Amino acid sequence: MTHPVFDLVVIGSGPGGYVAAIRAVQLGMKTAIVERAELGGICLNWGCIPTKALLRCADVLRLTKDASHFGVKVTASTANVPAMVARSRAVAAQLNKGIDSLMKKNGITVLSGHARLEGKGSLKVTDKSGRATLVSAKNIILATGARARNLPGLDPDGKTIWTYRDALNPPSVPKRMVIVGAGAIGIEFASFYHAVGVEVIVVEMADRVLPLEDIDISTQMASSLSRDGITLHTATAVQGAVREGAGWQLDLQGKTTSRVQADVVLVAAGIVGNVEDLGLEKTAIKIEKTHIVTDQFCQTQEPGIYAIGDVAGPPWLAHKASHEGVICVEHIAGLHPHPLDSKRVAACTYSHPQVASVGLTELQARADGRKVKVGKFPFVANGKAIAMGATTGFVKVVFDETSGELLGAHMLGEEVTEMIQGFAIAQSLEATEAELMAAIFPHPTMSEAMHEAVLSAYGRALHI
Amino acid sequence: MATLICMPEVAANATQVTLQTWIKKEGEVVAVGDCLAEIETDKAIVEFIAERAGVMGPTLIQAGQEVEVGSPIGVLLDVGETSVNVSALLAKTGDNASVPQLPNPSTSETAAPPTLLSGSKVTPSHRVFVSPLARRLAKQRGIDLNTLIGTGPNGRIVKRDIEAGSAFAVSSPVMAQPSTVSPSTLGDYTEVPHSGMRRTIARRLTESKSTIPHFYLSVDCRMDRLMSLRSDINTAMPRKISVNDFIVRAVAVALREVPQANVGWTENAMRQYTQADIAVAVSTDFGLITPIVRAADRKSLSIISQEIADLAARARASQLRPDEYQGGSFSVSNLGMFGVSEFSAIINPPQAAILAVGMTQQVPVVEDGAVKIASVMRCTLSVDHRAIDGALAAQWLAAFKRLLENPLSMLI
Repeated sequence: MTHPVFDLVVIGSGPGGYVAAIRAVQLGMKTAIVERAELGGICLNWGCIPTKALLRCADVLRLTKDASHFGVKVTASTANVPAMVARSRAVAAQLNKGIDSLMKKNGITVLSGHARLEGKGSLKVTDKSGRATLVSAKNIILATGARARNLPGLDPDGKTIWTYRDALNPPSVPKRMVIVGAGAIGIEFASFYHAVGVEVIVVEMADRVLPLEDIDISTQMASSLSRDGITLHTATAVQGAVREGAGWQLDLQGKTTSRVQADVVLVAAGIVGNVEDLGLEKTAIKIEKTHIVTDQFCQTQEPGIYAIGDVAGPPWLAHKASHEGVICVEHIAGLHPHPLDSKRVAACTYSHPQVASVGLTELQARADGRKVKVGKFPFVANGKAIAMGATTGFVKVVFDETSGELLGAHMLGEEVTEMIQGFAIAQSLEATEAELMAAIFPHPTMSEAMHEAVLSAYGRALHI
Repeated sequence: MATLICMPEVAANATQVTLQTWIKKEGEVVAVGDCLAEIETDKAIVEFIAERAGVMGPTLIQAGQEVEVGSPIGVLLDVGETSVNVSALLAKTGDNASVPQLPNPSTSETAAPPTLLSGSKVTPSHRVFVSPLARRLAKQRGIDLNTLIGTGPNGRIVKRDIEAGSAFAVSSPVMAQPSTVSPSTLGDYTEVPHSGMRRTIARRLTESKSTIPHFYLSVDCRMDRLMSLRSDINTAMPRKISVNDFIVRAVAVALREVPQANVGWTENAMRQYTQADIAVAVSTDFGLITPIVRAADRKSLSIISQEIADLAARARASQLRPDEYQGGSFSVSNLGMFGVSEFSAIINPPQAAILAVGMTQQVPVVEDGAVKIASVMRCTLSVDHRAIDGALAAQWLAAFKRLLENPLSMLI
């Protein structure tokens, strides 16, 4: 029996995999995609999108609670978490259908099941019923993604020890919750669950929340979360966990030891790559710290096999995965794409307040041995922000003093995630401070704070 | 539509430059990457490479004429275009300054004589697409944007192109690009398009070998004393001096002793150099390049050694500035380290001579009627007969041999 032969088979249909498949079809390749769960992967079904749907609910709740500040009378504003979750699931379902139709429109063969490499250029896809299909592929892209990292003694059970997945579809709403990990995922869920009335305690090993962000961002984020009533334990490790009643008692080791009780523990302490049961052991593919080792064009050690997205290592961001998908496929097609520049990948946290950044932090730039010019502008001095009642936060920019290159930009405040692309475009077009100063920003907008931050780096800020 | 060809900025801070030779004649087809003309600054002779295709139209200045950077120097026509109103073109530049008469106005169909602008800045006829950051970095580092090939969208020059330092107009993505023809129709080879550097080497050396009347003189130099001196120096000094460093120093001192050999041929005059700028051939991954040790006759051996090491390292990293490899009065090419016993080299115009250096080997020599083992190195001098006659070349070679064989004299 002959089995189907494809130019490219992509394993995993997340934002890395499905974008790679579409780009491959655009370049004339006969393409198949393998998915063992839902089309769209974690991002669309259990990550980026459904969390944003929940956080939007939290925004509405917060606004209605604050309505009196805006002269609006709202008698009772209360959270209906099951309804919020239902909305979030509906949003994910809608997008999942969208991917299905994108695959159909592009003539991409969707193979449901688990894929395993079976020697040179062939793989076996086993569906839920256990039926196996052999497929031949000239090129294979591994886009299998990642999953939450387990912590010893805190094995997720979906009831009282959660991962992001349970937090998106909670069996019940706890009274008190400990979140382990103050990265983007931990902080977003802290924002949501705090907004709907849960007492939230965040425990983080690093000495600050959002440890990958600029230190000014971490500092202001911490003070904003604390002011809202979220308890933060930084530079703190969970030493032990014992059941207590229906919940848990955790021993924390920081500067001092302490003990906290919680109904639910949400583990958000990083991720591990999905590298198991793919048949990699029979190949030359190297794995380091659960991630597949690749070169700048996503090529693994095994000819004809590529890896993109979370499984290929940080930054663990959907847009990084998509970009790698495009680079990888164009490289396979013999085009000459440029490698991904990790200094130009923006990162966003959709907490309250939001955080958005791109490029080097001030400390990274200085550690790089560069002379830098740093500018900062607070939203409290921005007219639109005052009118919106959204004066928390600031914009910070870091320039290379010699060349005027925009090395990094860091923002905290309302909807800053929608503004960071301005700086990302500036970096991509290689604008210097001169072009950014010469650009005319519309008034009144919160984006004027971006302009002012640039001006302030050169001692020319106007409104402060 | 016809466009003006304007004098490019060929070297940092050079405002007045001389058009040395028009390579393209009126009516010749011009392809992108063709050399239009050779331009001379006080430091170097630089090729003016076409960035647009077309047909060479009337020239506005003659070979040998000095003009300001940015001045219009000729017209590039579109293919199929036969006539052009030069005055109208010039008027569009918005300048009607001084109007020197061209010696041969019949090259244009206009009634009014074409004008030559001087003392005015004119926008160059081509637009170089370059990011603001890349433009600034190029300025700070003295890199001529015209020597780069951009790798950004639509060939835009971006930061990485500056950092690649491709002063040779070579960039790996372009070099690596294989032919799009499917391999099966090609047989057993692939075609890699020429880099700007490869084209330059090919054109200049073809021109040199086919237009310069070369002749060759060979000499055997006894190296025993030099080897022993070098060994003494190297045990005492932290920095090792190579045989090649000695050779460059000896060439420079010999040129000072025999200044009539430190010359270059130009159509109208003999150019007498006042210092010995020695070009040293360096092989890189991109091809051959000859960075220059300026005024080597006035520099000590250790300085020369350091400079050569630095220039060679930066040449291999594509980080030379144009003024570091353009010009020079004399070249040295050494293949001794590859075990080559002797060879003859092609002159690197506008220079008039190049010394090809072979390996030092132990050979039996007859001295005072007895056979002895000696270290001998064979050098072959290629000479431009238009500039240097045989006897003069022999006189220079004798001076060089004497310096190598009495190496202490070149240290003084």
